[in-house]
Amino acid sequence: MQISEVVRGRFRNIRRGALGDTLFQWLTSLVAIGVVALLGVIAVVLLIAASASIQTFGPSFLTGMTWDSVADVYGAVPFVSGTLVTSALALLIGVPISLGVAIFLSELAPAKVRVPLTYVVELLAAVPSVVYGLWGIFVLAPAMANVIEPGLQGVLGFLPIFQGTPRGADKFAAGVILAIMIIPTISAVSREALRAVPQSQREAALSLGATRWESTRLAVLRYARAGIFGAIVLGLGRAVGETMAVTMMIGNSNGISLSLLDPGQTIASLIANNFGEGGPVSLQKSALIELGLVLMLMSLVINVFARLMVSRVLRRGEGGAE
Amino acid sequence: MIGGLRRALPPFRFDRQGRRLWKDLAMSVAALLCVVIALVPLGSILVEAGARGLAAIRPSLFLLDTRDGGIGNAIQGTLILVALASGIALPVGILTGIYLSEFGKGRVGDAVRFFVDIMTQIPSIVVGIFAYSVILSLSFAGLVSPRLAFSTITGVIALSTIMIPFVARTSEEALRLVPVSTREAALALGIPRHRAILRVVLPSGGSGLLTGALLGVARVAGETAPLLVTAFGSLYGFAGLNQPVESLPHTIYTFALSPSSAENQAAWGASLILVLMMLLISISSRVIVHLRSVRE
Amino acid sequence: MAAKIEIKGLSAWYGSKKAILDITMDFAEHDVTAIIGPSGCGKSTLIRCLNRMHETIPKARAEGSVRLDGEDIYELPAVSVRRRIGMVFQKANPFPTMSIYDNVAAGLRLNGERNRDTLDAAVLKSLQSAALWDEVKDSLDKSGASLSGGQQQRLCIARALAVEPEVLLMDEPCSALDPIATAKIEDLIFDLKRQYTVVIVTHNMQQAARVADKTAFLYLGKLIEFNATRDLFERPGQELTEKYITGRFG
Repeated sequence: MQISEVVRGRFRNIRRGALGDTLFQWLTSLVAIGVVALLGVIAVVLLIAASASIQTFGPSFLTGMTWDSVADVYGAVPFVSGTLVTSALALLIGVPISLGVAIFLSELAPAKVRVPLTYVVELLAAVPSVVYGLWGIFVLAPAMANVIEPGLQGVLGFLPIFQGTPRGADKFAAGVILAIMIIPTISAVSREALRAVPQSQREAALSLGATRWESTRLAVLRYARAGIFGAIVLGLGRAVGETMAVTMMIGNSNGISLSLLDPGQTIASLIANNFGEGGPVSLQKSALIELGLVLMLMSLVINVFARLMVSRVLRRGEGGAE
Repeated sequence: MIGGLRRALPPFRFDRQGRRLWKDLAMSVAALLCVVIALVPLGSILVEAGARGLAAIRPSLFLLDTRDGGIGNAIQGTLILVALASGIALPVGILTGIYLSEFGKGRVGDAVRFFVDIMTQIPSIVVGIFAYSVILSLSFAGLVSPRLAFSTITGVIALSTIMIPFVARTSEEALRLVPVSTREAALALGIPRHRAILRVVLPSGGSGLLTGALLGVARVAGETAPLLVTAFGSLYGFAGLNQPVESLPHTIYTFALSPSSAENQAAWGASLILVLMMLLISISSRVIVHLRSVRE
Repeated sequence: MAAKIEIKGLSAWYGSKKAILDITMDFAEHDVTAIIGPSGCGKSTLIRCLNRMHETIPKARAEGSVRLDGEDIYELPAVSVRRRIGMVFQKANPFPTMSIYDNVAAGLRLNGERNRDTLDAAVLKSLQSAALWDEVKDSLDKSGASLSGGQQQRLCIARALAVEPEVLLMDEPCSALDPIATAKIEDLIFDLKRQYTVVIVTHNMQQAARVADKTAFLYLGKLIEFNATRDLFERPGQELTEKYITGRFG
């Protein structure tokens, strides 16, 4: 009698425990699936809200060159191009600097300096975008307008991309501030890729009589190139979605122009500037939301591509990059 | 020492080998230069914020609202938005993180992780217009007034949506760091799995979870873009969940663009506060992790 | 015969940990010298000091004199020392992003050689010296990592030989290889000594007995005995040496 009571009691506890386990797993799974469902909800909701614009313009939205809220005609080209141009410029300026930082921290810095310096570089990412924008308006823009851009025009002014009057708030300035903001991303991921290179590779190069730079170039950078490429694409993803600093530096003009020293507009900055206008059910609102959808798609494609590259490299132990 | 210095510099030759050694030195210098260039903006921001913003930090800055050039309502708004968003996002994010770390092996778990990762990369302005569109869609269905689209609630929706995937990933990483042996020890004692997770694994990963939460809070506290299109901004204090509300980053934005130099200066003051807060959170999260690892 | 490498009072540390203590010995030209001893006795550290690879490890330092053909290697640029004293590592480390051809040519290209014909000739010669030519001559553009373990190691030997060093250091080159691959490399060493001076670290005493002219026995960072291989193994002068070769420890 006593024994079976004890046994039954034990089983009850096990069952309760098992029940708790099942419930808990269900709870967390449900929440997780819910989060993923949220992604789907985002896509669906944006589609609904953009439907007026999608139905009105169809594919011509992506080829349209004007954004006219009076005539209610909307096209995405100036803003997609503005986004791509500023991001490309950001990569052009930011990637070499980021690689230099990554190489310094991974290969050259003495151990005592490495950790604090790494940390300080990461602090660049802790500054909110709007503060970059504020700094951009009052510090960078004057420097651009008075020193850097005239200087650039002096040397390269014959190029069509450097025509016009430099005012400090233009696509070039936006590109520069974007470059600064993506440095922590690109350098951090590149550093991981460099760290993943086995020491034996460096030793192989050094033992052939290579200098430290030659060893880095020959053995390290080549081995890590897939990861570095992934880092660059991740930086691009960040640049494409950046809003505040760009809005405050780009001059906010909806036209298309060849010169980098002319003001422009990115998708993000247009939305930031114009979303407050018009009624909630207006075509303009819908068009802005459709533009946001385009931005999300761009960012999605870029980031998925980058993640595939980076995870492939970091997961692979030996055999190296291809 | 002189010998060491002499050995460190390339020999004064310009034959091929000498050139290679000079190039090596030049590239090392170039790399160092890159680090300097990267840090100049950070230094400049801190210096300028200090120089231009310190003067603005007076009691009146906090006591006045933005219609009078102060930031009182902005700070209030940020606290409310962040608190509400955290209230939603922290539990949801941590539970998702638990799922990913404890139950998330295999294809389903990988898929969830992949999509959560994607969500962390959605541009914040797009999240903002998503939140707006949610309310808009609900208003199409007649459930709410379209004016609700610019309100505190919408702002909270946006900030939560940004915070959840972020906290989910940092929580997963934090729990991943708990050694398998800890879990096994708990299970070997006969503790049911859910209790093992709640009572043993979670506390063990506590510092990492805390860090992730702090960083998530810091992240959304500094977000402007989603709030531009949701909470919208207001010259007054908090007026209700269904009304627009001001926030600190938004104030920095409007004051920065303002023709009034007093407001510009207030923007710098607010930035100084915001950046110092970010640095504080960043440093303390490092310290927490360090203390925890030292103790182990 | 003049000593190719002369070491006097060489000591080396990793941080505060002393790895080798006051070693004095000579490596004669065209000799194959084996360095044997139990794990952790400093064999690898010793040869890494010979081509100044020891100092590439953070907090590592060395004291004493190492002379190559009479010149102090610490007075020469490390880059040129390492060109003259080549090294093959315990685990084969070919460059995986480069083809077999590019792997072998890597050292030459570093030194500025661009002429295609010169490179072709050097690659051919090196791969032949490493007894790998016949196996890879039709697939020179395949990745260096696509070969088997033994082939990879011979590729690394070819790569090291391509820059025409005077000395070849080998740090337990066969420890990760199967007996057949090991035998191939040991035959190779026999051929190599005609042109180069070879120093080989090995934990395998039979290997030392097979390939080396002279053998040095290290224990806890000190040089215990250094003699012609046959003499060291058949008539060890030191008790420690005898204990080691009879398998009483290590």
